[in-house]
Amino acid sequence: MSIGHTLLALLESGPRHGYDLKRAFDERFGHDRPLHYGQVYSTMSRLLKNGLVEVDGIEQGGGPDRKRYAITDAGVTDVGHWLAQPEKPEPYLQSTLYTKVVLALMTGRDAGTLLDVQRSEHLRLMRELTQRKRTGDLADQLICDHALFHLEADLRWLELTAARLGALAKEVTR
Amino acid sequence: MIPAGSLLTATGLHKSYGPTPALDGADFSIHAGEVVAVMGPSGSGKSTLLQCLAGIIRPDSGTVTYDGRPLSEMPDAERSALRRGEFGFVFQFGQLVPELTCVENAALPLRLAGLKRKEAERRALEWLERLEVADIRGKRPGEVSGGQGQRVAVARALVTTPRVIFADEPTGALDSLNGERVMQLLTDAARDTRAAVVLVTHEARVAAYSDREVVVRDGKARDMAGAV
Ligand SMILES: Nc1ncnc2c1ncn2[C@@H]1O[C@H](COP(=O)(O)OP(=O)(O)O)[C@@H](O)[C@H]1O
Ligand SMILES: [Mg+2]
Repeated sequence: MSIGHTLLALLESGPRHGYDLKRAFDERFGHDRPLHYGQVYSTMSRLLKNGLVEVDGIEQGGGPDRKRYAITDAGVTDVGHWLAQPEKPEPYLQSTLYTKVVLALMTGRDAGTLLDVQRSEHLRLMRELTQRKRTGDLADQLICDHALFHLEADLRWLELTAARLGALAKEVTR
Repeated sequence: MIPAGSLLTATGLHKSYGPTPALDGADFSIHAGEVVAVMGPSGSGKSTLLQCLAGIIRPDSGTVTYDGRPLSEMPDAERSALRRGEFGFVFQFGQLVPELTCVENAALPLRLAGLKRKEAERRALEWLERLEVADIRGKRPGEVSGGQGQRVAVARALVTTPRVIFADEPTGALDSLNGERVMQLLTDAARDTRAAVVLVTHEARVAAYSDREVVVRDGKARDMAGAV
C-alpha cells in the first residue's frame, strides 16, 4: 500500500501536522500496523521534495513534529491519478483497495467507478487465465483455476463493497 | 449513435415496473461473434436489459436495432419470427418441456420453424453430441441431472444456428465444473458460428469467458472496454 498517497489524500480535507496525520492514518487504516513517526517524517520530506505538499506553518515549541503540511495542486492531481489507476491483481490486495475506496469517499471522488475499473482489471487477467485453461493440459487447468478462484474472491469482496458504498460513505464522512 | 459494424444495438432504454426505473437510459451494442458479459448486482436491471434487447418486453422508450432495423417498427409476427429463427435463448433453469425427450426438446425450435421431425431430430442430435449429452437423448428432463439438462437447453438454443444467443445466468444453477464446461461449449459453438452472445451473469468466472463486460448500475449500462 502506498503510504505516501494515503497521507497525501488525508491532507485534502485541510492542512495537518505530522502527528495529526499519523493519528488519522492509524485510526482509519492502521488497525494492525500503526505507522512509526519515522515513516511519517521520511514520507513527508519526500513529498515536500517532490512538490506534492508544502509547509503551511511551523509551530513554536519543542519536538521534531512542528511542521504543518498542506497539499499542493500537484499533490491533489497525484492522488487523483493514484485512485483512478487500478491495482495489479495480486494476493492480499484488500487493504490497498479498502484504503483507496475510503479515501475516494472522503475526498468526494467516485468510488463506484474506482471499483468498476478494478473489476475490469481483474477480469482482464481472468480472461487470460481462462484462455490458457482452454488450450492447456490438466496441470495448466488446475494452476489457472487456483488463480481464478483467488481473483474471484477479490471480486466478491469488491461487489459486496460496491453494494455498501452508501453506508460506508456515511461512516467515513461523519 | 450506432457503433459501426454492430449487430444489435440499444440506445436510451427506459423501462419502469413501478416508481423506480429498472432501466434509465441504458445503451448497449454487440457485434457478430462477440461475447459480452452483462454484470451488476441483483435487481440492477440485467434481465430487463436482455429482454428488451431480445424484443421479449417493450421498453417504455429508447430504441433497439437489430441488423439495421428498429424492433419497434417490426410487426409482431416478424418480431416473433426473429425470436424463433435468429435468436437463441438459455435461461438459468433450462426450461425444457417436461413431456418431451431431450432430443425432442433440442429439436423443438426447428419443428416450430416447420422442419420435418426426422430432419429436426437429426440436427438436434448433432448438437447434443457436441454438448456431450447424446447418451441421454431418449430421456425426459425429469430423469437427467441439472448439468445435463442445461446442456440440452444450450443445444436447443444453438440448433437453429442463431445470430444472437441470449443467456441469462446460464450456469446459475450448476456446480463449478459443469458451469465451466457449459460456458466452454457455449462460447466455442458461438465463436464457430459467429453468433453474438449476450451473457447475463453476476459471476466473475463466468464473465471471464466474455470478450468484454458492461456493468448495469442505476439503470444504466456502462461499457468497461477501454475504461482501464
Ligand atoms: N415483471 C416485473 N414486475 C415488476 N417488477 C419487476 C419485474 N421484472 C423486474 N422487476 C424489477 O425491476 C428491477 C430489475 O430487475 P431485473 O432486470 O430482473 O434485475 P437483475 O436481472 O439484474 O436481477 C428489480 O427491481 C425488479 O424487482
Ligand atoms: Mg436477472
